[in-house]
Amino acid sequence: MTTPILEFENVSRSFKKGRTTIIPVLQNIDLAVNPLEFLCLVGESGCGKTTTGKILAGLLAPSDGRVLFEGQDVAKLKGEDYKRYRRSVQIIHQDPYASLNPTHSIYNILSYPLFRHGYVKNYAQARDRVGELLQRVDLTPVGDVIDKYPHQLSGGQRQRVSIARALTTNPSIIVADEAVSMVDVSIRISILNMLMAMQNDLAVTLVFITHDLALAKYFAWKGRIAVMYLGRVVEIGRTPEITENPQHPYTKVLLSAIPEPDPDRTRTKVHVALRSEDIPRLTELPPGCAFHPRCPWFVEGVCNTHIPQLAPVPRNLGDSDVACIPLTQGAELKLYES
Amino acid sequence: MNDEIVLKVEDLSVIYNSSRGPVRATSNVSFELRKGEALALIGESGSGKTTLSLALIRMLAKSAEINAGKVLYTRDGKTRNILDMNDGEMRAFRWNDCAMVFQGAQNAFNPVLRIRDQFLDTARAHGRNDKEWLRQRTLELFKLVRLDPQRVFDSYPHELSGGMRQRTLLALGVLLDPQIVILDEPTTALDILTQRAIIDVLNEMQTRLNFSIIFISHDLALAAEMADRVATMYAGEIVEIGGVNQIFYEPLHPYTLGLLRSVPKLSHGQDELVSITGNPPNLIDPPSGCKFHPRCQFASEKCSREAPPLTEYDAGHQSACWHVDKVIEARKDLYKKKVTES
Repeated sequence: MTTPILEFENVSRSFKKGRTTIIPVLQNIDLAVNPLEFLCLVGESGCGKTTTGKILAGLLAPSDGRVLFEGQDVAKLKGEDYKRYRRSVQIIHQDPYASLNPTHSIYNILSYPLFRHGYVKNYAQARDRVGELLQRVDLTPVGDVIDKYPHQLSGGQRQRVSIARALTTNPSIIVADEAVSMVDVSIRISILNMLMAMQNDLAVTLVFITHDLALAKYFAWKGRIAVMYLGRVVEIGRTPEITENPQHPYTKVLLSAIPEPDPDRTRTKVHVALRSEDIPRLTELPPGCAFHPRCPWFVEGVCNTHIPQLAPVPRNLGDSDVACIPLTQGAELKLYES
Repeated sequence: MNDEIVLKVEDLSVIYNSSRGPVRATSNVSFELRKGEALALIGESGSGKTTLSLALIRMLAKSAEINAGKVLYTRDGKTRNILDMNDGEMRAFRWNDCAMVFQGAQNAFNPVLRIRDQFLDTARAHGRNDKEWLRQRTLELFKLVRLDPQRVFDSYPHELSGGMRQRTLLALGVLLDPQIVILDEPTTALDILTQRAIIDVLNEMQTRLNFSIIFISHDLALAAEMADRVATMYAGEIVEIGGVNQIFYEPLHPYTLGLLRSVPKLSHGQDELVSITGNPPNLIDPPSGCKFHPRCQFASEKCSREAPPLTEYDAGHQSACWHVDKVIEARKDLYKKKVTES
């Protein structure tokens, strides 16, 4: 097995709110990002997917646990090694209206990191390199864009500038946090296709964060999906396994709940009903499995007392790991009867 | 559903007067809404769907002007043109006859008033002062939208979750038994499971109360699930309108086809998606002829000269395109299942 390019070892992250409240946003995450894979983090709001992305990119430090970059603890990297890590992992933020400085031209936005990291020495080199980057993200003709300011571009164009900025440091990993959720449907796919092409053309590993499972499926068809719920990974496996043969109750419920752009299919879908509609607060997480108060397959005395760990499911032909005690102990899921 | 028409929109055009010139936000829009039917307006941002729905209840911004058209509303056999109503009639029309649930509606409540007082306010403004009637009606509606009636009735908005607020708002929308409910992006900004609960509740409400729905969405999946008929909007115009199956399985407009091709599907194995090239048009200076022609794969010289009229091709299925035959040819592979490589 190859060494993961980035790895989480038992990573937790909490935030303080006020003087006493501690919000555990991520709890005991083990996650490996393999070189050149497509990895998708999927979950609803509050599940910790953005925090995971920020920790991967080095924008946040974990409260507990270690982040390994090419096998080395990121917290212990110093000097040039640390710089190399930060250059190698780049992030694309969700909102292209907020992530570009409105007072800088596109040339400025893209040339700062180039000068900062010594990729270019002078104006002429910088103009050339910025031009190349803009071409790379299909913002052509370059001359029309390079001296514009962000407000003169559409949302889709801005997001392309964001992507170009992520490429300035020749990264080996790009974390794309809901990178197309604010872009119109008709141009979403062209941006996504462009990102996907970078894996091959630029040897970039892509971590894609989204709440949209259908989009995740398209993006990571040849890779993996990790489904998150309230700060933990509840299921991780190869994409076709997750979307066609989901194991974890939460994944099953999610997939059954999503409407599809196909009238016959979406109207004949069987919806699994939850035991409760309420999402627990992160500050008042239920004991045991965080999903148990809502889980239709809840087992009294197991799910509400023990915290499940990721493990394979016996008899499942796929290779997904699932955090569900009854399942991983070989039980058949039976719908809970109250 | 029956064939009784409750709303008939004829050639409606809205212009925003901006400093850079008039913006034609919707132009020559015509459609009919039948009793108990759900009509989806789908389109991207800037396609004029919100403007259109605001025009129906005359809640447009001051800079907007309805410069042509009719909106004919029928209740109990009486037909009136909404655009001719005076302010008093208009006030009575809103909520009694046509309610609107706005986008981001979770924030629509007054944070310092209890839910029950906000329901009372609405009822009073429309001349219903009977508190006992209101209580009964509200609790009954809360049960219908699957809320704990007494608890929500006495709550402040901040005590409710986003999904609960959205459901409370749906209940408020139908409080006075309107014939039409307009929903602007009813499930955007909600989580998947909350979204599911809202869809189920809406379907149930509609079956029980038999109102008509106009809902605006950029989410094709939602339209596929909830709509009886779908209208595709592009650059302020309805470019295609038809039954939900006609639109999704037999689209007749290149833009609708393009949208369907660019949406990832959860089932059907590996997707092959194609995006629509180019960018949405500038509405101050829209392209000549068919507004979609600069982005259209079938565009011919005629398309840039002459705007195609909305024409009926199948029963109840209209499209505004000169090259419907090419769309029919191209749509053949739309739902062909791709064999997945393992």
